[in-house]
Amino acid sequence: MEALTNRSKAVDRRPMTVWEKMYLPVIAKGMGTTLKHFFMKKPTINYPEETRPFSPVFRGLHVLNRDEEGRERCTACGLCAVACPAEAITMEAAERKEGEENLYREEKYAARYEINMLRCIFCGLCEEACPKDAIYLSETFTPSNFTRQSFIYGKPDLLIPDPVKEPELYQKAKGERAKKN
Amino acid sequence: MMLLSIDLTFLLEKAVLISAVIAISLVAAMYSTWMERKVAAYMQDRIGPTRAGWGGLLQPLADGLKLFMKEEIIPNASNKFLFVLGPGLAMMTAMMTSAVIPWGKEIHIGEKVVSLQIADINIGILYIFGVVSMGVYGIMIGGWASNNKFSLLAALRGASQMISYELAMGLAIIALLMLTGSLSLRTIVEQQSTGWWYFFKQPLGFLIFLVCAFAETNRTPFDLPEAENELNFGYHQEYSSMKLGFYLFAEYINMFISSALMATLYFGGYDIPFVNDANLVNSWGVNAVAALQIAALFGKIFLFIFFFMWVRWTIPRFRYDQLMNLGWKGMIPLALLNMLVTAAWQLYRHA
Repeated sequence: MEALTNRSKAVDRRPMTVWEKMYLPVIAKGMGTTLKHFFMKKPTINYPEETRPFSPVFRGLHVLNRDEEGRERCTACGLCAVACPAEAITMEAAERKEGEENLYREEKYAARYEINMLRCIFCGLCEEACPKDAIYLSETFTPSNFTRQSFIYGKPDLLIPDPVKEPELYQKAKGERAKKN
Repeated sequence: MMLLSIDLTFLLEKAVLISAVIAISLVAAMYSTWMERKVAAYMQDRIGPTRAGWGGLLQPLADGLKLFMKEEIIPNASNKFLFVLGPGLAMMTAMMTSAVIPWGKEIHIGEKVVSLQIADINIGILYIFGVVSMGVYGIMIGGWASNNKFSLLAALRGASQMISYELAMGLAIIALLMLTGSLSLRTIVEQQSTGWWYFFKQPLGFLIFLVCAFAETNRTPFDLPEAENELNFGYHQEYSSMKLGFYLFAEYINMFISSALMATLYFGGYDIPFVNDANLVNSWGVNAVAALQIAALFGKIFLFIFFFMWVRWTIPRFRYDQLMNLGWKGMIPLALLNMLVTAAWQLYRHA
């Protein structure tokens, strides 16, 4: 059969020459190669302590954002759920009561907000659809759990830490990807 | 009554020495496994174990613990006594060789002169060959007692390999003995500390000995009894838990001991390189020099162990026919030639 690519190499099946039959010179050459590699710089990244730098378009787990005063931005408009091609997002809206102004930014908020992380394909369309900058994909990834049920993330899992009360945790969860506000 | 009047201090001295040598060979073998993993990793552009302890130094302990915790399986159809005996025998023969290796000249404790060698017998090399040949029993019994035809085949393969290479090894040693005129390892070392190392007088002999040592310890490129990737282990196929650990561990002890042997026979043993040991004793004292000598010997041993590993992670395994061809048609004629040339040279010199 004719070669499909020009990358194939014919195996050299000539009998060994005297030089090769002595084994030792060729072995010495090979050992030179391994010794060279012994002193080479290792490309290993010690994963949990070190990570590879993310691309600016990296899409990890979702985060529900808060504004500067720590109020939830989400108004449960449902645009993200509509945009989601995997139908991973469900929510229930509720009306803000008297005295809850410090919790929710607008009169309507999401009482229940769930993302099924096993359905999610991390396309980022929810982030694009959101008019309030309330949801975005962070740099957190590789979630682990024992049951499938626990991969349905509710509001406690998704909400970002309060920027007023826990500014450090907030910055960490926010990462580099969130829009500048 | 002479027989009953045992010198108690002598007994104590030897008991301490034996325990020390056993402990040191075990620890050295243990840390050879760590070294093996590190060397393998570095040669393959990886970094090896780093998690257990600093630089993965506790890794051998973790490995040992894992092997102890594993379920112990003895196959129903196996010969139980031999099945248990096999790994023990492999371990024992591996350890026994260390008895005649001189680890240093001597130390002085008060008035007492303690020689750093368990037994300075005048047939040291013969003893080593006797014990090393017994290493085949560990493999054969393990393969036979498993009652598994593949284990048995692998054991046969291993035994025939060891026997083939023992011949060439013995012939290489005979050439060396023509120069030394003694079978005692201590005498051989003493000769080297005053004159040239025997490596420079017997380069071909050393090369043959080295290749045969690889075959004797079942290391790559001659690890056909194991052949872990294509034949899936071989003679210890049926073994599990620490019994398997014993077999694997015996290989590392063998490697340590044969490194010590090569250093002793060809590289001056405990002789400190580039220095006249006798002069050093005058200025530094006996004990300090003994410590240096032990350090020198261990340096040589670890260089050899590194070499074993370096070869293992460089070249692939020989095919069985290649192995036998090399052994019978390459090594033995070469060893015979070396022997004849040495004999002729000795005759010419002394005539």
